[in-house]
Amino acid sequence: MSVETSASAYRSIVHERGQREVFCGLTGIIWLHRKIQDAFFLIVGSRTCAHLMQSAAGVMIFAEPRFATAIIDERDLAGLADANDELDRVVTTLIARRPDIRLLFLVGSCPSEVIKLDLSRAAARLDGQLSPGVRVLNYSGSGIETTFTQGEDACLAAIVPEMGTAPTDEAALLIVGTLSESVEDQFRRIFDAIGVGTVAFLPPRRAADIPSVGHGTRFLLAQPFLAETARVLEARGAKRLAAPFPLGIEGTTGWLRAAAEAYDVPAAVFEDAIAAPRRRAETALAAHRAQLSGRSIFFFPDSQLEIPLARFCHNELGMTPVEIGTPYLHREHLAEELALLPPGMRITEGQHVEHQLDRCRAARPDIAVCGLGLANPLEAEGVTTKWSIELVFTPIQGFDQAGDLAGLFARPLARRDRLGV
Amino acid sequence: MHLAVWTYEGPPHVGAMRIAAAMRDVHYVLHAPQGDTYADLLFTMIERSKKRPPVTYTTFQARDLGGDTADLFRAAVQDAHARFRPAAMLVGSSCTAELIQDDPGGLAEGMGLPIPVVPLELPAYQRKENWGAAETFYRLVRTFAGPTAPAPGTVRPQRAIGVRPSCNLLGPAALGFRHRDDVTEITSLLARMGVEVNVVAPLGASPADLARLGEADMNIVLYPEIAGVAATWLQRMFGHTTIRTIPIGVIATRAFITEVAEAAGLDASALLAAEESRLPWYSRSVDSTYLTGKRVFVFGDATHAIAAARVATRELGFTVVGLGTYSREFGREIREAAAEFGVEPLITDDYLEVEAKVAELQPELVLGTQMERHIAKRLAIPCAVISAPVHVQDFPARYSPQMGFEGANVLFDTWVHPLMMGLEEHLLGMFRDDFEFHDGAAPSHLGHPPTQRTAGMAAAGKPDVVEAPSALPSSAATVAGPAPWTAEAEKELGRIPFFVRGKARRNTERFAAERRLASITVETLYDAKAHFSR
Ligand code: SF4
Repeated sequence: MSVETSASAYRSIVHERGQREVFCGLTGIIWLHRKIQDAFFLIVGSRTCAHLMQSAAGVMIFAEPRFATAIIDERDLAGLADANDELDRVVTTLIARRPDIRLLFLVGSCPSEVIKLDLSRAAARLDGQLSPGVRVLNYSGSGIETTFTQGEDACLAAIVPEMGTAPTDEAALLIVGTLSESVEDQFRRIFDAIGVGTVAFLPPRRAADIPSVGHGTRFLLAQPFLAETARVLEARGAKRLAAPFPLGIEGTTGWLRAAAEAYDVPAAVFEDAIAAPRRRAETALAAHRAQLSGRSIFFFPDSQLEIPLARFCHNELGMTPVEIGTPYLHREHLAEELALLPPGMRITEGQHVEHQLDRCRAARPDIAVCGLGLANPLEAEGVTTKWSIELVFTPIQGFDQAGDLAGLFARPLARRDRLGV
Repeated sequence: MHLAVWTYEGPPHVGAMRIAAAMRDVHYVLHAPQGDTYADLLFTMIERSKKRPPVTYTTFQARDLGGDTADLFRAAVQDAHARFRPAAMLVGSSCTAELIQDDPGGLAEGMGLPIPVVPLELPAYQRKENWGAAETFYRLVRTFAGPTAPAPGTVRPQRAIGVRPSCNLLGPAALGFRHRDDVTEITSLLARMGVEVNVVAPLGASPADLARLGEADMNIVLYPEIAGVAATWLQRMFGHTTIRTIPIGVIATRAFITEVAEAAGLDASALLAAEESRLPWYSRSVDSTYLTGKRVFVFGDATHAIAAARVATRELGFTVVGLGTYSREFGREIREAAAEFGVEPLITDDYLEVEAKVAELQPELVLGTQMERHIAKRLAIPCAVISAPVHVQDFPARYSPQMGFEGANVLFDTWVHPLMMGLEEHLLGMFRDDFEFHDGAAPSHLGHPPTQRTAGMAAAGKPDVVEAPSALPSSAATVAGPAPWTAEAEKELGRIPFFVRGKARRNTERFAAERRLASITVETLYDAKAHFSR
C-alpha cells in the first residue's frame, strides 16, 4: 500500500492504494433502471450482490423493481447444473412475468467473472431467441472491475453497438450520461433556443429511442465518469466536445458554450438564450453563498463527480476544498475542470480509507462529503457530513438546479447550527 | 441459480460482521472486493452506529487476481492489527474470495500474530446471514471458552452456599430486532429473581468475557438463530443447563421465570404472583372485544414468528391463519408450531411467495418483517413488525423490548394500534361525500397509495413519505381560477416529487396571479421556484 506523488501538467495529484470504501458498479442499476423505462437489469451474481442492491436502494421501494439477481449457487459451481441452461431458465421466467420489458441487460458481477461465465455469449444466444421483442445486452458491474458510477459507463458502452449508423453529413448533437428527465428537458429547451439542430440523449428513455451515431455526430459528456462510452463513441466516428461539466453556473455555461461554438451559434444568440436561466441561478445561489462561503470541505472518493463539485464549491460558493478525493481521474475528460480549479488543491486518486480518515480528522473540515458507511461515524466525531450518494440521485445539473446543488451542502450545516442538543 | 428480487438474509459474512460489530476488541479482516464495503452502511445507517464496524476489507481488484491477492490479504491483516490492536482477529472470505481460494485462515496463521486468529469458513453459495452469525459466534466461543473447559466427564460442582446463581445471556447481536432492549429487560427480570448475569454475548462482550462463559450455572438462549449452536456446545463442555424458553409474551415470560427458577433452585412464586404486565387486563377489557378472532398472518425468523403466533392466539384472542419463516434451519420448529395452529407452514425466502400467500389468505393483520410491512401496505392490510431483517424504524429512540413483561406491553400496543386505526376506515366510508374526505384521502395508518413511491436512497435513511392532503380539488374552487397551465408546464409539474408538488403548484399559481400572467409556462414554474427559494 504505497503512496506516490506525480506531477501532472496541472497540479500535484496523489495516488493512493489501500482499502477502498466505495460501491461497485452494480449500484448504477438503481438509477439506470428508472431512466430506461422498459429495460430490466438481471445481475448474475451472488447473495452479496442481491443484498448490496437492496441495501443501497432501500428495501422494497418498488413492488417489483426492474432489476433482480440470478444468484449462483453451489450446484452451478459444482457443475451439477449448466450455468447457461440455468440462466436461460431464469430469463424465460423473467420475461414471461414482465411482458413490458424490451431491453434486458445481463449484468456481470465478481463471482460471474471469476468463474468466467461468458455473459456476452449468453446475451448473444438469448438475443437470438428473444429479439426483436426483447433485445439482450450485457456489461459488467463487478466490484473487481468497476467502481460505483463506472457501472453506468459500462452499461452505456454496451448500448453503443446498438446505435444505428447516422449519415456522415448528419451533425446531430448527442448528450451522453444519465440526467433526470426534467434536466434533460431544460437542456433541450436551451439547445432549441440557441439552435444547434437535432439533440439526442444517451441513455434513451425507452429502448426504441436509442439514437444513432456517425462521423458527423458530436457529443457532450453530461457526466465525468464515461471514459469507455466516450471511447467507443469515438470509435464510431463521433467527436467529443471538450467542456467542463454542467454543474453550477460556470460549468453549465461552459458546457452549453462548447455546443454553441461547435455549431457556430452567434455569441449574442447564445448569451440571449441562457440569460434568463442564468439570472435565476445567480439569485438562487446568492442566498446559499452567504452561508457557505469560507467553509472548508473534504471530498472522499465516490462518484468521480468530486472534481467538478469542488470546482463549483470553490468558484461559485467561496468554499475551500481541503482534499478532493476521486476514485479515478480521467485527465483528458477532466482537463477543462482542472483548468478551472485554483492551483494548490490537494487531489487524491484511489483510496486508503484509514489514511484518508486520519487526514480528515486532522483537517477538521466544516463539511465532509462521504459515503453512507462513513457519514454517521464522522458525525459522531463532530464532523458535519453530506452523503455523497445524494449527489448522484438528485438532479443537480443545469442552471435551474444550481441552487438545489448548493442547498445540498448548506442543509447539513444549517442543521448543525439549529440543533441545541 | 435462482432469481431473487429482495432477500430476507444477506450472505453469511454479513452474519459474521454482526457478531464482530456487537463485540469489543475483535477485528474482522474480510477478503472481499470493494463493492462489499456496502455492508458498513447496514450498521452506520440502519442501527445508527457511531462507529464503523470493526472490519477491514482487502478490496482486491481484477488486476490483483492471479498474482498477489494473498499478499494483499496479509498486508491488510498486518495493517489492521497495527492500527486497531484487537484482542482477537477473525479472518475469512466473502463470496468472491471464496472462489479464488486464497485460504485466509492459513495465511493469517502463518503470520505469527501475537493474538488469537479465528478462521471462518462460511460457504457463501450454500449458507446465509443467520447461519454465518451462528457459526462465527460458535467459533469464537470455542476458541476462548474451550481452554477453560473441565475434563470430559467432570461433574459440575455444586454452587457454594451464599453464592448467587448466575447465567449467560446468549444471542443478542448487532442488527438484531430489539436485542438491546431485550437484554435490559431480561437482565432486570433476572436481577429481581436473584440471578446474576455473568456474561452477555456477543453484544458488548470481549474475548476475555467469552473465556468466562464457563463460570455461569446456566445459559439462556435468547436468540436460537444466533446462539443455538454455541449453547449446545457449552452445555456439552461445561454441563450447563440451557434455558430455551423464549420470554416473548406474558405466558412465555412466566414459563421462562419458572424454568430459570427451577434451574437456579429459587422460589419465584412471589414474582409470578405479582401481575407485571398490563397486557392481560387490556386484553380482557371490553374495548378489546373487537379483537376477537382477527385473522392474522405471521412471518419472520422462526423464533419471533412462533412466539408471535402464540401471543396472538392466547394473549390477544386472534386467529392465526398463516405461519411461516425464512429460516430454513428451523424448518422443524416451524412445522411443529404450524401444526399447533392447524395451518400449513410456509418456509421460503422468496418474498413473492409470501406476498402471494398473504394475498390469498386476506388476513386482517400481518405480523412480519419489513418485507411483510411493504406487502401489507400494498394490499392495504394493517401490519406490525416482529422480526429482523431490520430497518431504521426498528431502532426506536424509546425503550421498546419484545421480551419480558414490558415487552408484552409493547406487543399489545404495537399490534393493536394498527387495528384500532382501522376504525378510521369506517369514518371515511361514512363521510365519503364530505369534501374533506375526498377520494384521494386514505386511512392514515395505511400510508400512501402504492403507486407513488420515491426512489429514495438508502434505506436506511428515508421513511416512507405520506402525502399531506393537498388543497381542495381545483374543480371545487369557486374563486376566480388560477392562470391555466400549458401542457408542457403541467408535465413538468408532474415530475416534481409528489410530496412537494402541491406546494409547487400553489406557489407558482400565486406567483402567476401576482404578476397577472395569462398562462403558466415551464419558465413561470422555474421563475416562481427561484422567487420563492430566496
Ligand atoms: S463487489 Fe462484486 S460481489 Fe460484491 S456486490 Fe459488487 S459485484 Fe457483487
